[in-house]
Order: sequence, then C-alpha cells, then structure tokens
Amino acid sequence: MKLSLHVWRQAGPNDTGRMEQITATDITEDMSFLEMLDKVNEDLINEGKEPIAFDHDCREGICGMCSLMINGVAHGPESGTTTCQLHMRSFRDGDAIYIEPWRSRAFPVIRDLMVDRGSFDRVMQAGGYISVNTGNAQDANSLPIKKADADAAFDAAACIGCGACVASCPNGSAMLFVAAKVSHLGHLPQGQPERSKRVQDMVAAMDAEGFGACSNHYECEAVCPKEIPADTIARMNRDLLKASLCD
Amino acid sequence: MKLDSKIPAGPIQEKWTQHRFNMKLVNPANKRKFRVIVVGSGLAGGAAAATLGELGYNVDCFCFQDSARRAHSIAAQGGINAAKNYPNDGDSIWRLFYDTVKGGDYRAREANVYRLAEISNSIIDTCVAQGVPFAREYGGLLDNRSFGGAQVSRTFYARGQTGQQLLIGAYQALSRQIAKGTVTMHTRTELQDIVVVDGHARGIITRNLVTGELKRHAADAVLLCTGGYGNVFYLSTNAMGSNVTAAVKAWKKGAGFANPCFTQIHPTCIPVSSDHQSKLTLMSESLRNDGRVWVPKKAGDTRPASEIPEDERDYYLERRYPSFGNLVPRDVASRAAKERCDAGFGVGPTGLAVYLDFADAIKRLGEDAVRARYGNLFHMYQKITADNPYKVPMKIFPAVHYTMGGLWVDYELQTTVPGLFALGECNFSDHGANRLGASALMQGLADGYFVAPYTVGHYLAQHGSMDASGKVTTDHPAFAEAEAALQDRIDSLMAIQGKQSVESFHKRLGKIMWDECGMARNKAGLESAITAIQELRKEFWADVRIPGSKQGCNPEIDKAGRVADFLEFGELMCRDALMREESCGGHFREEHQTEEGEAKRDDDGFAFAGVWEYQGDDTEPTLHKEDLEFEHVKLTTRSYK
Repeated sequence: MKLSLHVWRQAGPNDTGRMEQITATDITEDMSFLEMLDKVNEDLINEGKEPIAFDHDCREGICGMCSLMINGVAHGPESGTTTCQLHMRSFRDGDAIYIEPWRSRAFPVIRDLMVDRGSFDRVMQAGGYISVNTGNAQDANSLPIKKADADAAFDAAACIGCGACVASCPNGSAMLFVAAKVSHLGHLPQGQPERSKRVQDMVAAMDAEGFGACSNHYECEAVCPKEIPADTIARMNRDLLKASLCD
Repeated sequence: MKLDSKIPAGPIQEKWTQHRFNMKLVNPANKRKFRVIVVGSGLAGGAAAATLGELGYNVDCFCFQDSARRAHSIAAQGGINAAKNYPNDGDSIWRLFYDTVKGGDYRAREANVYRLAEISNSIIDTCVAQGVPFAREYGGLLDNRSFGGAQVSRTFYARGQTGQQLLIGAYQALSRQIAKGTVTMHTRTELQDIVVVDGHARGIITRNLVTGELKRHAADAVLLCTGGYGNVFYLSTNAMGSNVTAAVKAWKKGAGFANPCFTQIHPTCIPVSSDHQSKLTLMSESLRNDGRVWVPKKAGDTRPASEIPEDERDYYLERRYPSFGNLVPRDVASRAAKERCDAGFGVGPTGLAVYLDFADAIKRLGEDAVRARYGNLFHMYQKITADNPYKVPMKIFPAVHYTMGGLWVDYELQTTVPGLFALGECNFSDHGANRLGASALMQGLADGYFVAPYTVGHYLAQHGSMDASGKVTTDHPAFAEAEAALQDRIDSLMAIQGKQSVESFHKRLGKIMWDECGMARNKAGLESAITAIQELRKEFWADVRIPGSKQGCNPEIDKAGRVADFLEFGELMCRDALMREESCGGHFREEHQTEEGEAKRDDDGFAFAGVWEYQGDDTEPTLHKEDLEFEHVKLTTRSYK
C-alpha cells in the first residue's frame, strides 16, 4: 500500500506546529498502525530527517500510552480498539490519513503527537483510591461481594487512562475518566466509606485541571477503547448530587 | 565478590517470621529522615514505593512512561497464584512452595520460594481491600482457575486483565501517597547510572525524556524494580520501552548478575507475520484450561483445520504428557511445539505455528461461557489476525516472555552492592530456570508490599545516617563523575552520525539471540553468537545514526542508550548459556537431552546460581557460584507424564 499521511509536527511545547505531508510506501495490511509509523520513521531516518514522535509502549491495547486522532477520530476507525491494535487492513491503497495528537487544554503537546496527560494522574491523586495501608486487610473471602456488583466494578475499572474521551469531547471533558474510577470503587463495599468525599474531591480536581463539563455529546462513549458506557457519568452525577445534599 | 545469601537459620516454616523479628527497626519518627529511591512503578516498584511511603519514608519513584500506571505489569493477563485453598482441592503453602521449586527445575533458592508461598495469601487480602475486582462466584466469594504446572486451582484472576487490575491497585495506593507528599513521582524520567559511594549505593543519575536534561538524585538506599530483559531478543511480549539498562548499570557498579541465560519462552503467543513486526502478543496460559493444542498427524498437511478429521489430528501434549495434558509448564509446552514444527508438522503460512482449539469447550460449555472466560483475549486475537477463534482454532507459537535471571540478591533482596536492592523480575530469586504461570504477579507484589519494606528498614537502621552531616549529597564528586561520563556517552553517540538506525541494530541483535540463544542452544552456536555480538557492537558505535538534538524530547536517543546496553548484555547471556553445560527449565542445551528430547539436568555439576562479576569493558566477566541446597524438595527428574 502507498498512503498519503498528513501528520502534525511540532518541535516542542512553544512551537506553533503544522501539518506535514509524508508519503508512506510499502505498507502491508498485516502491519499495525504503529508499525506503519515505525516504517515511516525508519525511512525518514534513512533520508536524514527527524522521525515522528509518538507515545506507545505495550502495543497490546492495555497500557493506555498510545493515542492519536486518526482522520478526526480518537484511536481511529475501529470501535473498541486502541491505536496500537488498529491494523492497516482497515485502510486502502492510496488513502489519505490525517494524524493528530489529542487536543485539549489539559493535555499540552510535548512534541509532534506526544501530549502530557499528567492532569489525569493529579485527578487520581485527589481521591481515586481506597485509603488502606498494606498489611492490615482481613481475609479476602470474609467480605462476599455480589457477582453483579463485582462485574459492574470491573467494567468501570477496565479504563486504561488513555484520554480518548477527553480528546473526542467538544468540551474537553474528563467526565468519563473520572466517572469510571468513581463507579469502580463505588460499586464495592470497600469503597463506601469514602464514596462522597471521593466524588467531590475528584470532580473538584478535574475542574481545576481545566477539563470542561459534560453536555451529553456521547463522543466519549463512542471512542472509548474499553467501551465504558456514558451512563457511568450519570451514576457519578447522582453520587455528586447526593454528596452535595448530604454535606 | 562474596555471595552471602543470608538465609536465616531454623526450620523453613519459621525462617521469615524469625527473621522479621531479628531485623532492626527504624523508629516511626525517624523514618522521615531517610530518602529511598524506587526505580520503576510496576507491581514491584509501585507496591514498594507506596508501602515505604505509608511507613513514613521519603520516597522518590521513577518511571520512563508518562504515568506510573503504564508499567508493563499491566499487560499480565491470566492471574496471580495464592495458597488460599478456597476450592478445597488440597492446596497449601507447602504445595505452592513445592510446585514452584519443581516448576523452576530445581534452580531456585528454597528459603526464598517458601517465603513467597507464605506471603501469597496476604497479597490477595491486600488487593481485595484496595478494591481490585477479582472474579467472583455467584455466592459472592472469589473464584479460582488452574494454570500450568499445578494440579490444584489456585489462580485468582480478573477476566483476562489481572495484571492491569493489580497494577491499578498499586497505582491507587501510590497515588494516595503522592497526594500525602511521602512519595514524589518522576514520570518520563529514565535511570542512566547508579552512584556508589564508599561501597554503598547512594543515588542515581536520571535523564528527563522531555527535556533531555541529566539530573542527580541522592538517597539512603536505591531499589531497582525495572523488570526483565526479554527485549534483548527484539521481538518479545515485553513493552516497547522495557529495557535492561538499570540492571546493566548495576552490574557495572559491582552487583552480581545471576543466571542471565534463564529466559522463558511462552508457548502461546500470536505467531510472527512479517519482518515489520515490532512486538509479539501473548495469549494467556489460562486458555490452556479449555483449549486443546494440536497439529495434523501428516507432515506438511495444508488443509484448513476444519477439513482435518478428528483421527488425523495429533493432540501432542495430551499424547506425551497424559497426566498434565495441555497444562504442562511453559518450557515443556514451548519445546514440544518447536519439536513438532521442526519436524514439519507446523501449520499456517510459515509452518511456525500450532493450533489451540476451543471447539470442544464451546460444544461443552456454550459460546457464551467461553466468551465470559476469555472474551477479551479472543477479541484481541481477532483484532491482530482477522481470524475468529470462536469459529476456527487459534494459531500460536512460542515467544520470549519473561526472564528468570536477574541481579543476584540475598534473602533480603539486596544485591552485592550494599544499599542497592532488586525486586520483582529484575532479580533472579524465586523462579529458578522456569517460572510457573501466575507467579510473576505474586513475586512482584510479595517483594514490593511485604519483603522490601522490612529489609530496607533493616539496612537503613544499620547503615543509614539520620544526620544531614552524615549523608551523601549530590555535591559529592562521585555524582559529578557519573554525570560527566554519561554526558560523554551521549555526546559520542550523537557524534557518530552513521548510516544505520538504532532500530535496525536492535533487530539484528534480536535475530542473533533468537537463533543461537533462544529455545535451543549449542556450543558452536553460542560461540559464534558471542563473536557476532562483539562485531555488531563495534559496528553500532561506528555507524549508528541518531537524528535530532540531545536537547529536548528525542526518543531516538532514549532507544540508542537502551540498545547499546542490550548489545553488551546479549554477550553476557550467551556466555552464561555456554557455561551451563546442562539443560534445565527454559535453558535447553541440545548436547544435554534424554532420548525422548526432554531436558537433562546435571545436579552434581550445576546445582548452583551462576553469578557474573563485571571486570571491565574489554575483559571477560568472572563467574561465582552460589550452591543451591535442597533440604525439603527432593531433586528428581521433573516429570509431567
């Protein structure tokens, strides 16, 4: 395959950045999208040019490090799929592909397609945990948990923190990310003592980081590689309202 | 180099309890006077940093990724072992200990393995308290499944994402400490060297992967939790950034490196499809609970699987190992797959694959039940191969997955450099020559949550200084010297401006390692590999091309440093494989096999951990031996028939 790539190039946080046209040649359909970029980078290096910087690590769809807006869609055209699990058989010879970084006020660009998602870590630090020290736990089976609750907790806990929800939201909202953690811990008995405080603290941190609010576009749900549903946000809003009324 | 394992005296069941009592403590009010560096934020590093923070130490934690939550522990799929015996199927601490020593082909240290089995139950308790959503039965209690090398169900799991959920648990605990100010997290920051002052590890030099800046960090102790070195093979199931740099730097600063040739080739991975492949993807061992492995009985049979009738299929694991069947340990399953493929029975376009078939399980349990157990794995397989494993059997082939070798540590997880500890996959301690499935998560968390927090305190109580006047600071000349050497190295790399990319060297190294130091090894091949690696290293330093500048973000410099270290380390692996004139676990020397092609150990000659001491860049390393004594598990030929 031969492809016409239009890639965002930005030398550093203070550079204004621009789209650059690069032709990708000898691409096969069993390559992953990132292997296609590897091939393009190898060619760029051999031509004496600078390769495209992008984030990636596990390449198994689980670490959450990879990103990329591909033709305007976070993680590209396949639903329920991270960029690293997207394969070139989703594209055709001669296609033009537009590749951009996540764009959000809370995710500043570091270089080319790499962004800083430290804001997610800071939101987690505001309360995305259960306050328990190592070593003072009771026997694991002394606390039975309904299978349905455990499964619901797991569905929310599947979030990989990639930021696709933020990148695709017209408001740059992190509601799905925050709601996933609130919902994961809120479904479990261990998470109850801090349930009110957690949701209030995490939402306050989210606002402080410059993420926008939810206005029901559902773009987040559409691009989430782990298919976390938008009603998780409704659940968080319920928790938040309850917490604010009870305080 | 003196190897003192510090195995405590007394009965094996009481060693750890007694030793915990004997170790010195640091008064709660004094803990904040000590600074501890934790390099890596996976299960071992994340757990250690969080727990040391909870105890009141000042912790600096480092990772090269953009968040602590990305470490490659996250990709572990199948589960974590513990001797809870919830299924009431006869499990016990003793049985987990026994299975692990046997599974490791009798090349692990008994006392460490016993402690691991003993701690395993507390790990599950702690993780549940953190909110880790393990799989549960309808009664609300925890569910278990089986893994290779065991005849009990002792594996706790969270669908096919157990590593992710455990790591998120540790990350949450870590986040809590960061918020409290006990832990300072340094993301996108990579260790470049370890600073040793008066024989003790007293700090590290890091490189900021965003700015390119080198920085000095002083501390009272340094913990390396930097994972394994499987990426020396280029293609492995490791993450793209996983590297050996921290361990190699420690080795050059005087830490012994044990059993570097012990690598685990995992039997069930998605086969290589082309030269452009950047990594390999594991299909969890848990699939062998319900999947059956087979190849056609006729060599070179090119019919699709669906057209090969039942009586023309060879379920070779069930045939060769009737009592363990498809659940033989990884080394055995991998070698059996290689044997079939080498003999011409392999399937798929390359002939380097075997089938893993779920048709029987789907008939027995229904597609929904299979989806509930393995849905995410089937989904991932379909994404990568475009085949639907509910309809056609998976094609699988062995791939490099885990490294049992690592920095030599004593019972307290301390390397031969005082104050320098190694935890998790980074050390060599618990898995001998082959790791059993679901034991890596167990070991990482055991080391991080329950071992290092005690033993590091013991070290600090004896060798740390509570006074600022007694502390080493970053003004010490040893820091300046280490930083200058690193700056020189980066300048030299940038100055080469040759013709070949870093990646191309890494691929060539990987091919040498896979061909000569992979699933089967022999003397001539290993000798040729050593020469080839030396030549490749010279070529790298003469002809590598690193574009861009050393200031700012430049991923090519990050990669170049890692590949330069792999080029040194690959040679050490081959030397170790050459030295070990026996076959054991994942180390298979073709010269040492039984008539049936099984590994043939030599307990009289090689029941030791081979520990290598660095002697200089152009001098051969020297070998030291820690003799392994087996008082409780009798050395027998490992049989899974």
